[in-house]
Amino acid sequence: MTEPDQAQPIIGLEIHVQLKTEAKLFCACAVRSDAPPNSCVCPVCLGHPGALPVLNCRAFELAVLTGLALNCTIARRCKWDRKNYFYPDLPKNYQISQYDLPLAHTGNFELASGGQMKQIRIRRAHLEEDAGKSLHDAPGRTLVDLNRAGTPLLEIVTEPDITSADEAYAFCIELQRLVSYLGVSEGNMQKGQMRFEPNVNVAVTEDGKEYRTPIVEIKNLNSFRAVRDAIAYEIQRQTAAWRRDHGYQLGRCPNENRGWNDEEGVTEFQRQKEAEQDYRYFPDPDLAMIELPDSLFDRLRASLPELPIARQERFVTKHGIDPVDAATIINHRPTTDLFEEVIRAGGEPGIVAKQFVNVWLRLANDRHSAVTDLGVGAGRMAELAGITADGTINKTAVDRLAELLLDRRERPLALATELGLLQEHDRETTVRWVEEVFASNNRAVEDALTNPKKTKAAVGFLHGQVMQTSGGKADPRLVAELVERKLAELRSNR
Amino acid sequence: MTGLSTIYELAAAFRAKQRSAEDITRDCLDRIEAAEPSVHAFVSCDRAAALAHASQLDAARRRGEKIGPLAGVPVAIKDNICTTVGATTCGSQMLEGYQSVYNAHVVDRLEAAGAIVIGKTNLDAFAMGSSTETSHHPTTRNPWDKTCVAGGSSGGSAAAVAAREVPGALGSDTGGSIRQPASYCGVVGLKPTYGRVSRFGLVAFASSLDQIGPIATNVRDVALLLNVIAGQDKCDSTSADGAVPDFESCLERPLQGLRIGISDEYFCEGLHAEVDRAVRAALELYQAEGTELVPIELPHMKYAVACYYIVAPAEASSNLARYDGVHYGYRAAKPEDIVDLYSSSRGEGFCPEVKRRIMLGTYVLSSGYYEQYYLKAMKVRTLIKEDFDNAFRRVDVIASPVAPTTAFRIGEKLDDPLAMYLTDVYTVSANLAGICAISIPCGFDKCGLPIGLQLMGPAFGEEILLAAAHQYQLRTDHHTKLPGCGD
Ligand SMILES: [Zn+2]
Repeated sequence: MTEPDQAQPIIGLEIHVQLKTEAKLFCACAVRSDAPPNSCVCPVCLGHPGALPVLNCRAFELAVLTGLALNCTIARRCKWDRKNYFYPDLPKNYQISQYDLPLAHTGNFELASGGQMKQIRIRRAHLEEDAGKSLHDAPGRTLVDLNRAGTPLLEIVTEPDITSADEAYAFCIELQRLVSYLGVSEGNMQKGQMRFEPNVNVAVTEDGKEYRTPIVEIKNLNSFRAVRDAIAYEIQRQTAAWRRDHGYQLGRCPNENRGWNDEEGVTEFQRQKEAEQDYRYFPDPDLAMIELPDSLFDRLRASLPELPIARQERFVTKHGIDPVDAATIINHRPTTDLFEEVIRAGGEPGIVAKQFVNVWLRLANDRHSAVTDLGVGAGRMAELAGITADGTINKTAVDRLAELLLDRRERPLALATELGLLQEHDRETTVRWVEEVFASNNRAVEDALTNPKKTKAAVGFLHGQVMQTSGGKADPRLVAELVERKLAELRSNR
Repeated sequence: MTGLSTIYELAAAFRAKQRSAEDITRDCLDRIEAAEPSVHAFVSCDRAAALAHASQLDAARRRGEKIGPLAGVPVAIKDNICTTVGATTCGSQMLEGYQSVYNAHVVDRLEAAGAIVIGKTNLDAFAMGSSTETSHHPTTRNPWDKTCVAGGSSGGSAAAVAAREVPGALGSDTGGSIRQPASYCGVVGLKPTYGRVSRFGLVAFASSLDQIGPIATNVRDVALLLNVIAGQDKCDSTSADGAVPDFESCLERPLQGLRIGISDEYFCEGLHAEVDRAVRAALELYQAEGTELVPIELPHMKYAVACYYIVAPAEASSNLARYDGVHYGYRAAKPEDIVDLYSSSRGEGFCPEVKRRIMLGTYVLSSGYYEQYYLKAMKVRTLIKEDFDNAFRRVDVIASPVAPTTAFRIGEKLDDPLAMYLTDVYTVSANLAGICAISIPCGFDKCGLPIGLQLMGPAFGEEILLAAAHQYQLRTDHHTKLPGCGD
């Protein structure tokens, strides 16, 4: 017996990624999101009469690199097409894009989903120019800012291999990590550098027969959360619509575009796909066919770095690093490169990983910068890990020392010595600190000895006091041993 | 008034300090002033700017500075080529008063060579037409008979040169727009090979066919202008790289041994008897001078006009989409909404001929018709190009009439677009194939209207083409005849 009403979501994604180039796709204007309106413009991106596009080869290279990372077949010859439609922020009233010969096609992207690896097939990836921005600042008035017009975009289209909202969410995050890792895009969501358009429908099985709902394209999502929530909403909406009326089926009802209302948490109808305009694509006569020479292709392929997912896997299996730490470090490529340098410089991988996550990343975040910009360097980071590993300094000292290393040029060991942060292993000295703390904290001692409810907290307090009295130098294990011993001694004397 | 000197003579006179740029320019401006009321070749002419430029050149010469090859030579520019001085109207209401913020590449090159841009010349709106009658400005008159058209779309440039208002001008040729008016006006017009001259700053009509070229009274002057405007421009991806030869020094190449291809496709029904006779006489002269006349076949020529009127409007429909009333140019008053702003601005700003071609182009690119029309036309275009490739394996140049008739009367074909389109029947194939072609005067009909001979050369074969044309002019005097003065 088949389970009735089993709903299987079918999800494909279209993602626009803004490529990280100095100049726009077809002119020399700077790509800047912070410039005053209409200040990064020229006759080409303004669509002035007589102006002609010239390809920014860097954008093409970044696009090819991404295609390679997505395991795509790279077209050795591709062309430019015009997509014709009227819109006030599209100055030429056509967009230069790639229609039937995208620069990359037929790839796949590996994703960790539900605890296992999954392949999402990539249908195609092509380059196109972005439009400007329309600002509807007052009723009946629209202002147009063309700074963004002509910015290079890579449009990536997946096959409908994604089967849940969470999986789509994971895909988008992984893709963002990939593009920032490759250095092809900053992938900054706030700046609209990644925009998502999921295609969603549902296959419902009833009495052994499969029914599919019409395909809905959710337009222009610009956060991971919106992708997940909009898809989840759409799955539930389509399933419910089908349950209410089995006539709600692909082929019987029109496919449609819907928009995501973030405040209400619902998708809203925009238009039916059947009414979709005819873009009258044709090859752009202003731009020659692009031939990708072997030399460039080989150079790009050779420059492809180890991808984050593979690198993470290697950190776990080869270096024995905690998978959560590995995933945190891998997010930023320069940080990951530095991490590997620290290991090569002799840092014990497990300790280095912990210090990256708990110390260096924290310090970098506090300063709104990257670990690579802290100015500490691989050699000193490795040394810090080393003197931590052999017990020369303790954890309290690590935090203090790390912060001091940002502003000073000394080696960690020398600095720790200078500041008296070396761990004190001497038993006599530690006993003196313990005696001192017990003598001046009668109340806590009393609690530790007599009040079972407070014993644990009191012991912890005494331990902390000893560490403090030692100026952070005491060996925590020795302190724990001596505090226990002192309490046992007092207990037996009663 | 005596005949204005040639570009060659003027440049030499300036260089030899026999004439000042200001004197030359003043002479030129006076001629324009005298001729314009009856010719209407110009749409704008900035007297003060031209004289100011001229006196700068004179000052530079006084200081002993290095002067360019065209120093002191006044040149007119077709008004679909962008200039920062004066408006660039494209002969349309849509761009009435439109001020370009940059100079076309060819204008920069001319000015760097010392040429003085004297004014902008009339054309059919957006270069769509064969008579300048679709222009928003008054129709240009043929200096040989002012009841006749000057041809088009570069009618203003051809008439200005024919009336000796300027020694040289630039036009643009998408389907014959330099050669046909040059023929009608009895001057020399060259459509260079596609990619020979940068299109940057040429307001696009059909990007894969458009090419800027020179118009002058003689082949040597055309070569001098081409020397300055030819060559790669990094702002035009379709401009060709590779060395540009000196087109003047190649002119002396002898006719002996030259092979001229003749195709029946160019001497068929519709060709006027007097044109046929004049062109054949020119071919006899070539033969007598030691060239070999070789019969060739261009089997797909008969589809050229049909092919052209699919490809050109298709590209135009997209190229002209930017004129929407939003960013610049004509904007309709009080639009109700954005769609009304688009449709009213375009409806009012474009003339019927432009709208006809936009609709035609939109139709052939539409889903469901694309394969049937546009794609098929592109295949035919490839076949036409192959026809020429095959022919140029056997011959050096191909000769034909420029147009089936001499200049027609103003208004005669205005209501018959198809008849108007057929005036391009011999010229469009050179644009479709991307090859170079020149129009030179080869006689007059019984009404005294000039007849043009077309010579076509292979891609980047301007040297042979210009030499063949120049050698003809050394042996004939058609190009030295002047249209009658006054009316
Ligand atoms: Zn720009």
